[in-house]
Amino acid sequence: MTEAIVKMDTPFADSLLDRVPAPLVGTELPRIDGPRKVTGTARYAAEHFPDGLVHGVLLRAPFGCGRITKVDPAEALAMPGVLAVIRDERMVRNGGGFAGAAAPVQGVEEVAYFGQPIGLVVADSLERARAAALCVRLTFETAPGVFDMVASRETALPPTDDIFGLFLIHTEQGDVAHAASEASALVDAVWQTPSQSHAAMEPHASVAIWQDGQLTLHGSYQSPVVTRDQLATVMGLEPTQVRILSPFVGGGFGGKLGVMPEAVAAAIAAQQLGRPVKVVMTRQQVFEMTGRRPMTYQRLRLGADAAGQLTLVQHDTITDQLTGEVFFEPAGLATHLLYAGANRQVDHKVVRTNKLLGVSMRAPGEAVGQLALECAMDELAEALNLDPIEFRLRNEPERHPETGVPFSSRALVACLKQGAARFGWPTRSRDPGAFRDGEWLVGYGMSSAARGNLFGPSRARVRIEGDGRVTVETEMTDIGTGTYTILAQIVADLLGVELAQVDVRLGDTDDPASAGSGGSWGATTSGSAVYAACSELRVRLAAAAGAPVDAITLAGGVLTAPGIRRPITDLVGNGLAVEGVAQPGESNTRLNQTSYGAHFCEVRVHAVTGEMRVARWSSVFAAGRILNLKTATSQAIGGIVLGIGGALTEELIHDPRSGKVVNRDLGEYHVAVHADIPAIDVHFLEERDSVANPLLAKGVGELGVCGAGAAVANAVYNATGVRVREFPITLDKLLHGLPPLTSATSRT
Amino acid sequence: MPWIEANANVAVTLTVNGVSHRLELDARVTLLDALREHLRLTGTKKGCDHGQCGACTVLVNGRRINSCLSLAAMHGADNITTIEGLGTTDALHPLQAAFVAADGLQCGYCTAGQICSAMGMLEEWRAGWPSHVGEHAPAEAITAAEIRERMSGNLCRCAAYPRIVEAIQRYAGDEGAST
Ligand code: FES
Ligand code: FES
Repeated sequence: MTEAIVKMDTPFADSLLDRVPAPLVGTELPRIDGPRKVTGTARYAAEHFPDGLVHGVLLRAPFGCGRITKVDPAEALAMPGVLAVIRDERMVRNGGGFAGAAAPVQGVEEVAYFGQPIGLVVADSLERARAAALCVRLTFETAPGVFDMVASRETALPPTDDIFGLFLIHTEQGDVAHAASEASALVDAVWQTPSQSHAAMEPHASVAIWQDGQLTLHGSYQSPVVTRDQLATVMGLEPTQVRILSPFVGGGFGGKLGVMPEAVAAAIAAQQLGRPVKVVMTRQQVFEMTGRRPMTYQRLRLGADAAGQLTLVQHDTITDQLTGEVFFEPAGLATHLLYAGANRQVDHKVVRTNKLLGVSMRAPGEAVGQLALECAMDELAEALNLDPIEFRLRNEPERHPETGVPFSSRALVACLKQGAARFGWPTRSRDPGAFRDGEWLVGYGMSSAARGNLFGPSRARVRIEGDGRVTVETEMTDIGTGTYTILAQIVADLLGVELAQVDVRLGDTDDPASAGSGGSWGATTSGSAVYAACSELRVRLAAAAGAPVDAITLAGGVLTAPGIRRPITDLVGNGLAVEGVAQPGESNTRLNQTSYGAHFCEVRVHAVTGEMRVARWSSVFAAGRILNLKTATSQAIGGIVLGIGGALTEELIHDPRSGKVVNRDLGEYHVAVHADIPAIDVHFLEERDSVANPLLAKGVGELGVCGAGAAVANAVYNATGVRVREFPITLDKLLHGLPPLTSATSRT
Repeated sequence: MPWIEANANVAVTLTVNGVSHRLELDARVTLLDALREHLRLTGTKKGCDHGQCGACTVLVNGRRINSCLSLAAMHGADNITTIEGLGTTDALHPLQAAFVAADGLQCGYCTAGQICSAMGMLEEWRAGWPSHVGEHAPAEAITAAEIRERMSGNLCRCAAYPRIVEAIQRYAGDEGAST
């Protein structure tokens, strides 16, 4: 197999995608996996039924910290159909990280958090396994734990690891104390965000099958290769002995990155029993034993001079995590680069608590960090008597304000200006509580959005068959992001074949490894690998036709060049395959790459009850080339809605005595529902980022959530005059400060 | 414990998408698990098993229910319609086609529930069932506010909400125009 490598050492001035006569890339093409999903024929992890399949139900620790001293399975084992009660030291206590093959923390004796998995009951039916799981008797010793991050914040220490250099632990420049004393206007306050749950609609599920020393696992994983490597380490196997299949994933949002307890339990049980085993987490188990977005306690100190120039940008953050785990919530991530200002400090500290593992959740760091930063910017604009957009325009940096490196592309100003126009921002009243429509107080709010663009190594095999059909194979996943469609579009454009001629196969670890779905980099990295393969295939086709590659046009299954016209099927023999490799290079570090946007919203607050309704929304984004306008818009909407939920309703509540997730179901953990969400206007600016990758595209998937909740909070303030800095903004936190019922002037 | 020892099986004939299936089931099997695990009609999804997400919505005699909250043994006399009974990939039901066109889905896990729920919801609306938003008397066309209210039992974590509403509105409008 030939390899074709695209390494981003120099900018990609000229993308083949810009030379396609009538490109599919960039259009609003409906997703090609849509028909399978709307008919229920797309098969997800739990929907496999190998012969002899039996069912496993996980056991969990009903206490926050301590040790299991005895497990009595006798009663459970005596029940009809029960095959085993399995407790195996290889089982994982914490889910795995988003990268690397290291084994997650294992073991079934020591308990570090409430709800931790400690075993598996297997029976010949789900009903029997479920009933038996209730009859396993546990004896345990509890130990004192740390359950309240805010109360324990004095114990916070710097994180032990900078996570592959992605998260900066501490940066400082200038003199923040002096800048604070000199500032004409200062905001110095604390914002708090709670733990949140990814709550993907598909619970974590695995079906494990052993055959001849090989383990095959149908799982719901965003990055099957990472999961495979971790699962192999945990099981004491070679990666080549493990195959994971995740062609359809019912949502991930960061909650299905590393290997999770159900996969390990299913694999161990299948090995022990010699039968395929299915383990599906209950919704409560998803809440208790997978992962959460850690809570944060963020101090923002922003100062400006009389001209509205920021002189001080300080963001000190505290978050929580289990002892020994390296991931931390990098809440200061966007603060490094969003605004100018000479005196700066960004700091991260971690309190070690006995609560569910903290993991990445859609826009780790930026989602919660911009919630605080963008609210602080709103407060400082008000203190300066400046419009919040004008204040941001005055603090637009020319280069990265800490490192001085240029931005590869940065259209924040255009996003702010166009968003303001689309939304009708100038009609906003700057006085809070001044606009009332009947019983509703009306407020407008806005925020900036920024999400770092990443690039990682990714591979894809593209094969033109003898009959002219094209197959794309990569381990990359489509978790709702549109990968199937986007890769097919790129192939159809670059090889000049009809979309219907392209088959995309995803989510199989036997295929070339990708960077997986995470960090908003899935489409750009896997798309770049496909690009690399297709450009080499174009060279091969040109050579076969005897034409210089720069002179060829591929369209409708035909290669044309001056004096040449050949069907592709004439040029490929029995088939032609190339493995494309996308590799990050120097250009990914020489310039700062970030996607930008601006959010605008109208929030209505009931003058008597404090009920909040988001009534209107506009966002404008700039993220390089948009590969599919339809799926990108859906991704943006998804992020915005997550931001609205984070602002108003989402909160994992931990019992302060045990760390237990009290609201461990979808009835009590409030994700946004239909009635919470208005029509959402999303607009993407035309942009190309030649530094990012050969597609000239940047990440979209997590951009929408960045800043979205701050726009809501700022609108709530504009409606009511109440600043709530402890998220979510539930109405009990508003009621005390609502304006007197007679005060606002009615305007319609 | 007698409730465990009893371990009774029950015989039930489930009529799903017009086809009758004779089943011997553990009495504890829910309609959802009967569909997914026993009939292998996995288009209907399990998101919570507690009536909190709507992913398991199916139509029983034309009415939408959460199949996770109902025991299979209770449905011997019923006509059950699941997502597999609406259309196929080659011949989509117009509502399914509207979901694809409007991109009323992302990961697709809530989608079958959204579609089955919308079918039942539109029937309820046509029959004049009231809703919290108060537009009781059937207007010419169902409004976005009515759809949002009446579909709020169907969660979508990918948050395709605005586009689901658009798909349902488009389908309902076309239906109205063609009848
Ligand atoms: S699975 Fe039935 S409502 Fe969630
Ligand atoms: S499409 Fe993913 S949950 Fe609705």
